[in-house]
Amino acid sequence: MAKRIDISDLDIYYGNFKAVEGVNVSIEPRSITALIGPSGCGKSTFLRSLNRMHEVIPGARVEGKVVIDGQDLYDADVDPVDVRRQIGMVFQRPNPFPTMSIYDNVIAGVRLNGGKMRKGELDDLVEKSLRGANLWNEVKDRLNRPGSGLSGGQQQRLCIARAIAVEPEVLLMDEPCSALDPISTLAIEDLMTELKERFTIVIVTHNMQQAARVSESTGFFNLGGVGQPGHLVEFNPTEKIFSNPDEKATEDYISGRFG
Amino acid sequence: MSTQTPLAPAPVAGSSAGPVRTQRRLPRFAPLGLFLGGIAVGALLSALTGFSIALTVVYGVVLGTIAVYVVSRSVEGRRTATDRLVTTVVTTAFLIAMVPLVSLVWTVLENGLPRLDSTFFNSSMLGIVGEGGGAYHAILGTLIITGLTTVISVPVGLLTAIYLVEYGTGRLKKAITFFVDVMTGIPSIVAGLFAYALFALFFGGGVRLGIMGAVALSVLMIPVVVRSAEEVLKLVPNELREAAYALGVPKWRTILKIVIPTSVAGLGTGITLAVARVIGETAPLLVTVGILTGTNLNPFDGRMATLPVFAFYQLTQPGVPPEFGIQRAWTAALVLIVLVMALNVVARLISRFFAPKTGR
Repeated sequence: MAKRIDISDLDIYYGNFKAVEGVNVSIEPRSITALIGPSGCGKSTFLRSLNRMHEVIPGARVEGKVVIDGQDLYDADVDPVDVRRQIGMVFQRPNPFPTMSIYDNVIAGVRLNGGKMRKGELDDLVEKSLRGANLWNEVKDRLNRPGSGLSGGQQQRLCIARAIAVEPEVLLMDEPCSALDPISTLAIEDLMTELKERFTIVIVTHNMQQAARVSESTGFFNLGGVGQPGHLVEFNPTEKIFSNPDEKATEDYISGRFG
Repeated sequence: MSTQTPLAPAPVAGSSAGPVRTQRRLPRFAPLGLFLGGIAVGALLSALTGFSIALTVVYGVVLGTIAVYVVSRSVEGRRTATDRLVTTVVTTAFLIAMVPLVSLVWTVLENGLPRLDSTFFNSSMLGIVGEGGGAYHAILGTLIITGLTTVISVPVGLLTAIYLVEYGTGRLKKAITFFVDVMTGIPSIVAGLFAYALFALFFGGGVRLGIMGAVALSVLMIPVVVRSAEEVLKLVPNELREAAYALGVPKWRTILKIVIPTSVAGLGTGITLAVARVIGETAPLLVTVGILTGTNLNPFDGRMATLPVFAFYQLTQPGVPPEFGIQRAWTAALVLIVLVMALNVVARLISRFFAPKTGR
C-alpha cells in the first residue's frame, strides 16, 4: 500500500512567481513526515504539488520530478486525476460535501469515480473507513444524517474517512488540526499514528509540538525574504531536528528566535 | 418604533448618576401618534383650499415628520431624534413604494374578477364578438411558448454559466460576460424583430410561428439565466471542488455531482424567476406569434394566441360593444399576474426543499 516518494529539483510557480525552489527530498513509506516553517514559505504549495492539486489554480505549474515507485507524476502521459486517486488529501478546514449524508460522504470517492459496488460491499467499506478514522462509534446510528451536522473534529475525521475509503497510497494532510480543539487534535494525532501502518503520511503543521509528537522525519521550509521563493532548509529525523539541527535557521525557528 | 428602556425614576436629560448617561424616552406610541397628528393637521390645511387626498398626504407627511423630530429632539436629544427622523423617512418611502403595487393589484382584481369564471378557462374567442368567450387558447399558448423558451434557454444559459465559472479564462470569458451583460439590456421588441428576421430568411416575410416567439423570448431569457446561474455557481465553496479533486474525481464529474447539487436550490430559483420575467413579454410575441381567435397548440404551424397579446388585442380592438373585450383584457392580466405569482411561490419552495440540510 504505502509508497516511497522521491522529489528532485522541484520548482513550483504561480504564473511567473516562483513560490518554492530546489526541493530535493525522499519521503519514507509507512511513516509520518512533518513539514514546518513560517507562513507563506511554501509548505502547503509543496504539499499540493505532490498530488498535482497545485495545478488546479490557474497559472500554477511545476518543474522538476516527483517520483513514486519509479514513476514520475509529472510525466506528460500521467493523468492528474489518476495521481489524485493514488494520493489522497485532507484539508485545513473540514469540507464534507453538504448535499450528502455521512454514509454518502464516505463513499463519495468510490461513487463519484463511477465505481459499481453492491450495497453490502459499500456498507463494509463505510464501516471500515469510519472505523479507520475513529468515527464509527460516534456516527453509526446516524449514517443517513447530513455530514455537515457533525462537530468540526468529527467533520475532519469524516474527511479522513472519505480520503482513506479510496485506498490511496499516500495521505497528504494540510494543517488538519489547525481548526480543531486540543481533544479533537489528539484524536486525529492518534489516528495518524494508526494510519501510518498502512499509508505514507505527509503533514503540514504550524504546531511544532505536533510535529515532534507524531512524525518520524521533519522538513523545515523557510524563505529568504518577502517575494523570494521558499526552499527546504533542512530535512532530518524529527529527533535530530528538534534536539540538534544541522542548520542554525532551523534552531532559531524551533526555539522561537525567528524573525 | 424602537426598543424601550423602562423610565428611570428621575431621568433628567443629560444627568448622570452613574458612568452611563441616562436619557428620557418618549412613550412607545408617541412617535406614531405625533405623525398621525401631523397628518390630521395636514388634512385640515388641505381642507382650507378645497380638500384633496394628495395635498393631505404631502402636508401630513411633512408636518408629521417635523413634529416627530422636534418633539423627540426636545425630549430625547439629538441622536435619538435623528434616529426617529430617519426611521420616519424610511417608513414613508416604503409606504410610497407600496402604493403603486397595491393600487395595481387592487385595480386588476376589481376589473378582472367579474370575468374569472369557468367560461374564461374553457372557451376560446372563436366566433365570439360580444359577450362571453375566454382565454383557453391564450393560456395554453402562453404555457407552450414559455415552456419551449425554457427548454431552449435553460441548457444554453446553464452551460454558459458553467463555462464562465468553471472553465473560462482570459479574453473569451471577459467577452462572453460583456455580451451577456449587453444582451440583458436588449429591448424586447428588438428580440422580437431579430427572431422575425431570422425566420423570414427561411420562410419568407409575414411568417408567424409559435417557435419564433420562443426564440425571441429565449434571446431575453438566456442572459437572465446566465447571470443568476453564474452568481449561484460562484457561491459554491472552492473547498468542495478541491475535496472532490483530491479524491481523484474528474472535473466534469465534480461539476455534475458536487457543484450542481450543492447549488441546485439557487439554480432552480433563478430559472423560475427568469421564466416569470419572460412570461409577460408582449412586444416580441406581437411581431413573431401574432394572435388567433381559435385554438392552435402546434407551435410549428402558424399563429398562436398568448395571454399578453390576447390582453393587448382585447383592449385595443374590443369589438362592439367594447366593455366585454375590455373585461376579458383585465381578466387575462389577472391570470397572468397569478401565473407569475405562482412561479415565484414555486421558486421559494424550490429553494427551501433543495437547500443543503445542516442536520442540526
